[in-house]
Amino acid sequence: MQLSVNGAAYPLEDLEPEMPLLWVLRDVLGLTGPKYGCGIAQCGACTVHIEGTAVRSCQVRLGDVWGPITTIEGLGTPEVPHPVQAAWIRHQVAQCGYCQSGQIMQAAHLLAENPDPTDQDIDDAMSGNLCRCGTYPRIRAAIRDAAQSLRKGA
Amino acid sequence: MGRVKTIARRSFLVGSAAIAGGVAFGVWRYRTPHANPLLAGLPEAAAALTPYVLITADAITLITPRADKGQGATSVQAVLIAEELDVDLDQIRTDPGAPSAAYYNTALAGDALPFRSTDQSFLAETTRKVMDAPMKFLGLQITGGSTTVPDGYEKLRRAGAVARETLKAAAATLHGVDAADLRTARGAVILPDGTRIPYQSLAKVAAGIDPVTNVTLRAPDAWRLIGKPMQRIDIVAKSTGTQIYGIDLRLPGMVHAALRLNPAQGSAMLSHDATAAMQMRGVLKVVPLAGGIGVIADNSWRAMQAVQEISVEWGPSSAPVGMEGHWQALSDSFTAEHRDSQLRDDGNVKQALAETTSVEVEYRAPYLAHAPLEPLNATVLYTSERMDIWTGTQVPRFVQKNAAAIAGLDTDQVNVHAQMIGGSFGHRLEDEVVRHATRLAMALPGRPVKLTYSREEDMAHDFPRQIAMGRGRGRVSEGRVLAFDLGISMPSVLTSQMGRQGLPVAGPDLQIVAGAWDQPFAIPHYRVTGYRARDLMPVSSWRSVGASSNGFFHDSLLDELIHAAGADPLEERLRLCDHSPSRKVLEAVGEMSNWGSTLRSEQGRGVAFCLSFGVPCAQVVEVSATSAGIRIDRVFVAAEVGRIIDPVNFEGLVKGGVVFGLGHAMNCQITYAEGAAEQQNFDSFQGLRLYQCPEITVRGLENGNRIRGIGEPPVPPAAPALANAIFAATGQRLREMPFDKFVTFV
Repeated sequence: MQLSVNGAAYPLEDLEPEMPLLWVLRDVLGLTGPKYGCGIAQCGACTVHIEGTAVRSCQVRLGDVWGPITTIEGLGTPEVPHPVQAAWIRHQVAQCGYCQSGQIMQAAHLLAENPDPTDQDIDDAMSGNLCRCGTYPRIRAAIRDAAQSLRKGA
Repeated sequence: MGRVKTIARRSFLVGSAAIAGGVAFGVWRYRTPHANPLLAGLPEAAAALTPYVLITADAITLITPRADKGQGATSVQAVLIAEELDVDLDQIRTDPGAPSAAYYNTALAGDALPFRSTDQSFLAETTRKVMDAPMKFLGLQITGGSTTVPDGYEKLRRAGAVARETLKAAAATLHGVDAADLRTARGAVILPDGTRIPYQSLAKVAAGIDPVTNVTLRAPDAWRLIGKPMQRIDIVAKSTGTQIYGIDLRLPGMVHAALRLNPAQGSAMLSHDATAAMQMRGVLKVVPLAGGIGVIADNSWRAMQAVQEISVEWGPSSAPVGMEGHWQALSDSFTAEHRDSQLRDDGNVKQALAETTSVEVEYRAPYLAHAPLEPLNATVLYTSERMDIWTGTQVPRFVQKNAAAIAGLDTDQVNVHAQMIGGSFGHRLEDEVVRHATRLAMALPGRPVKLTYSREEDMAHDFPRQIAMGRGRGRVSEGRVLAFDLGISMPSVLTSQMGRQGLPVAGPDLQIVAGAWDQPFAIPHYRVTGYRARDLMPVSSWRSVGASSNGFFHDSLLDELIHAAGADPLEERLRLCDHSPSRKVLEAVGEMSNWGSTLRSEQGRGVAFCLSFGVPCAQVVEVSATSAGIRIDRVFVAAEVGRIIDPVNFEGLVKGGVVFGLGHAMNCQITYAEGAAEQQNFDSFQGLRLYQCPEITVRGLENGNRIRGIGEPPVPPAAPALANAIFAATGQRLREMPFDKFVTFV
């Protein structure tokens, strides 16, 4: 079988279909941007996009993957960050940073669907992503800032 | 005595440890600098001018030995060195360095002394200075206690200055000019004619001359970097998924391990049958561990699946059956035999309370997991001659020593490669993960084995924050607080934690009363007594340690007394406060929150204060009692740290500390049934989530005369400020955490 990740096709040799996508990405493909935090969809650190939708990769069986995958590595790069990542850098959101891949992927999905979210929209979209360092105030600020730059077509 | 002195003087002058034994050796050791660890294995044309600066032909590397667990330690250490070295952060690399006694932590000792941090008497100051010698002697390389900045503030700037002046001396020799005529800027020495000589090209000459150690540090008004907003070194990597943490490490030939320990903390494994697990796909080895079992497989998921398929007979627990047993043990400890300290005893509390008591209450704080988001992990490559360990740790020398003992190697055969840490809050002060990973790696010599804990194992086998109980009494008179008597009972974190390192601890454990005995209030009759409960579950340092529970007890009791007196909570705290920098943080939050202004009828406002790790911190919390429950609207925080190194990072750490303090007070606890933790993942140990996060406004003050760290001090006042606000809004007094046992939060 093949897995489409960040625009590239990865051939996969007979892996168990019940293997969670998270571990396929991390241990088989070596994409370590998505993080293991809880394994039960409570923290959001493993968030990736499948066909543009934010999903918890610890809960998606390999056999159930229904479309192309984007991980944080495919969203942007240190040289050319995605507008959401650029806002995260400007606001210096990260402390330990371990949850931030998931936070950014969740925020990117929110803004792709809703370019002008209200505070309530942000709260609703982001409350499944846990941050143990407590960077929530800057996450909110960075999302508002990213929304503005995306609307301006930055 | 005379002979010891003679030997000490001789060996100091001769500079050789070989002729001195015993005490003299110790004197020699702590009077001379530790060997510079960078001198071992130095490439040609490289200069290690101090243990903190390494200059090679192609790079300037600053050594940042305090662990970065998200608090920005790497950046703050680098900037302190760079300020005097005259390099910018875009020109340097950082490296955590090898474990070394040269990286001992002096500041850690200060908080273990029986002097209040506000005490600047001759005796207190002299004792703090004297403590430098034993700390240096022990060579304790520890990250913790918000000490990275206080410990490095002068030491790291001095390291930068020594390197700079030595490079100038090298340039002077090389170009036949007077060092006094040379300048430095952006990583180069500048000759009188304006020619730039990059530091890298001076490395070889600089390595051959004696370092210039007679340096003067620049005055703050000459600083280019310190105190200015800066971009943390790790911020781009952490925003693009490219930061590699220990858990992300990939090495050629690496295999993956998972473990399962006796759910009853610390209890044994009696027997196991791994037949089924051994037949599972990808499984390479099953390895019995201390109190549990591990599986090595070709990926993490297969290891985690297989370890669940081993049938195990667990040994019994000696812990209390239920939580009542734990609370009973604390309750039974308010006795003379358990008395650990009474460092605060002003006036005559006994007499003042003999006549009448206005308030008599009990407070409780539960066990709490550290639960950083990166689960514990360590990668170990073992051979019979050498072992390499890749892990995030706050105690690299303990890791090295303990792993060496397990493997039967000398410590210098064990190489610890410090990794970026995805959160700690004290979790990485423990090294159990490395001990297990070492045993696993020894089962597969020559192959790197990465052990990753499942979240459940990480949380259930955490050594949690101490459980604690406070009993308070007090008396008010004529609208004022007259007497305050607080007893605190808890097991000793220090004894538990150091015990796991084989280090005995003598004397009282000041963490039993930290955040209570040392508060800057002049209450006429004022007493704080610490009681050491018997060991229950093993416990560990959790962000702000003793003050995390005691700040809640102390400030809650003060608030209750102030309300009993009918006084204004802020005004009365200010009236009682006898420490000017502390008064200023109280005044600041009063001004920031517009204290005294009218709130909506469903709202309430609470103020709290705690001085911890030398930092006075005050917070005002505003809540609304809605029909659906309590909503935290706004928080105002002021903290005094002497000097702020990076205002951007400072503000982030303060806000994070408030969120941490509020979240755990609201809804977190670890409860044990026969020694087994009943909360093992974030479904039952939530913390604060984004939708609950209030608007937080921060003000940093710089009035104190000593520099302090900010990682821990914002935590202790958050819980009492929230409880005091809920009382103001609803009239309901919360005396036990977590508060969601009694109220609902929205």
